Amino acid sequence: MTAEATEPDFDVIVVGAGPAGSVTAYLLAQQGHSVVLIERGEAPGAKNLSGGVLYGRVLDEVFPGFAEEAPVERRITRHVTTFLTGDSSVSVDYAGRPLAEPVNAVTVLRAKFDAWLAERAEEAGVFLMPGVRVDELLREEGPAGPQVVGVRAGDDELRARVVVAADGVNSFLARSAGLRSKPPEHHLAVGVKAVISLPRTVIEDRFAVTGDEGAAHAIVGDCTLGIGGGGFLYTNTDSLSVGVVLRLDDLLKHGRTAAEVFDHYLAHPVLAPYLRGGEMVEYGSHLVAEGGLEMLGSVVTGGMVVVGEAAGLTINSGLTVRGMDLAIGSAVAAARGIGEAIAADDVTATGLSAYRRHLDDSFVVKDLRTYERAPSFLERDRMYGAYGELAAGIFHDVFAMDGTPRKHLVTVAREAFKRSPLRLRDVISDGWAGVRAL
Amino acid sequence: MGGGACTVTSDVTTTSVPERLAKNRFVLDEEESHIEIDQEVCRATGTAARIIAVCPAGVYSEQDGQVVADYAACLECGTCLAVAAPGALRWRYPRGGFGVSFREG
Ligand SMILES: Cc1cc2nc3c(=O)[nH]c(=O)nc-3n(C[C@H](O)[C@H](O)[C@H](O)COP(=O)(O)OP(=O)(O)OC[C@H]3O[C@@H](n4cnc5c(N)ncnc54)[C@H](O)[C@@H]3O)c2cc1C
Ligand code: SF4
Repeated sequence: MTAEATEPDFDVIVVGAGPAGSVTAYLLAQQGHSVVLIERGEAPGAKNLSGGVLYGRVLDEVFPGFAEEAPVERRITRHVTTFLTGDSSVSVDYAGRPLAEPVNAVTVLRAKFDAWLAERAEEAGVFLMPGVRVDELLREEGPAGPQVVGVRAGDDELRARVVVAADGVNSFLARSAGLRSKPPEHHLAVGVKAVISLPRTVIEDRFAVTGDEGAAHAIVGDCTLGIGGGGFLYTNTDSLSVGVVLRLDDLLKHGRTAAEVFDHYLAHPVLAPYLRGGEMVEYGSHLVAEGGLEMLGSVVTGGMVVVGEAAGLTINSGLTVRGMDLAIGSAVAAARGIGEAIAADDVTATGLSAYRRHLDDSFVVKDLRTYERAPSFLERDRMYGAYGELAAGIFHDVFAMDGTPRKHLVTVAREAFKRSPLRLRDVISDGWAGVRAL
Repeated sequence: MGGGACTVTSDVTTTSVPERLAKNRFVLDEEESHIEIDQEVCRATGTAARIIAVCPAGVYSEQDGQVVADYAACLECGTCLAVAAPGALRWRYPRGGFGVSFREG
């Protein structure tokens, strides 16, 4: 091969225009690098789906005041956590204006939001190639060992000094580079989601919010028929994002189909009143990584780094799924590390390990550490059935005026507990594990 | 849409999966399927039942003892591949620009 043929076409190739890819590309272009952003969807966002609650702090650092300009749906000022049993529910409702200023969390719809992020990258000089699927990595033997030197898409080959794998949860690129293996089923969950349109005023009345305020409901228990995971119900401007997240190992164990669990959820008497009269305008599904820190694989190899969910960066605390903000946080760390590696003219694994250092210092890995035990805590079956029953039992006894004399709450709780299949030992163990995990 | 009067009568909870999918935008690749099934491995490893259960779009079904994939309905989540035994499925993303195209997400 001639020296000319191996001359890179770009400084950096970013594969995948989700939040991780678009923000990495944007920041590198801002540093003055030539960047191409390749996306398989016909437009950025066309393949992406999430619950939609974006914790906005890190994005606000990249694009100050983004919530004013970006297509965000509502500012979340109300977080409701509900434990469901077959016929009752117990909720904790936290509403607070302080949550709205400065923006803590907003809802987004990815087809619009990801397109906006990719436009910011283009504006900064990134060359966007939508509708192109990257098929494989180009690799060569370098002085410091195997080096990724570009990508192949169909018959085309593109070369760059650094390739960024921002290709999301299935992470075919990272797997082909040997950085990740196929994740075990208990580290993956399938999300099934629908967008249901409703007039804004109906949403505001049903969810007790006004203006651009919104509510995020997290639901556990009977909504997933006892399968590890949970449900969500989030407000957009004039639609609802409603879905379930089901751990794959548990879904298979329970012998239910994903569609059946989703139907059960939508029809649940606690959910149905919120959805009444709405029209389903889209139905989708997507995997979500659930392994937390355990799933964070190797993120650097010669000529390539892995960002966002392709690196396994998600936190599932049981009540919230966080992936978008971690994707953006990893993008910030990657753009810095890649910039330093290119400046030092060392894009081997050693040079690019600057990314890993910045990632370790960022809120991303710190938060993953904080929630390190959450995944195994959430694998405890009791979390999804018996606790909801117990809570519902207690509140039933408190509120059901059946003519028997009222008892103190402690007594009520003790009696409900006796009827419950839970053993004290389990509760103490789960409580302790939960405190440590969450 | 006007005011608080919410008169749409269709109930979101009673629609079928195909009815739901009909609302989505799909760009069908008529030339190639992105899903190939190895019937032997699928049968020998019990993969068939697993992929039929997990697929939220009902892409897989059993017909005359064979597992068939209606790839046009695929939502591209990758869940089937995640639970399939090695070698049972050859699943990749559809070619660039083809497949599901979310308008909401
Ligand atoms: C049901 C569900 C609910 C969720 N809820 C939330 C939530 O409320 N809040 C939150 O923060 N996170 C949530 N998440 C997680 C969040 O969606 C992800 O963690 C986040 O999207 C990861 O961003 P990313 O940029 O790393 O990857 P993605 O957003 O998945 O982007 C990857 C991109 O790469 C492209 N691509 C892939 N392969 C190729 C290829 N070969 N060639 C070209 N392009 C390619 C894809 O088309 C895609 O655009 C949820 C996830 C699910 C499934
Ligand atoms: S990728 Fe998802 S939607 Fe497509 S066939 Fe597999 S499980 Fe079904």
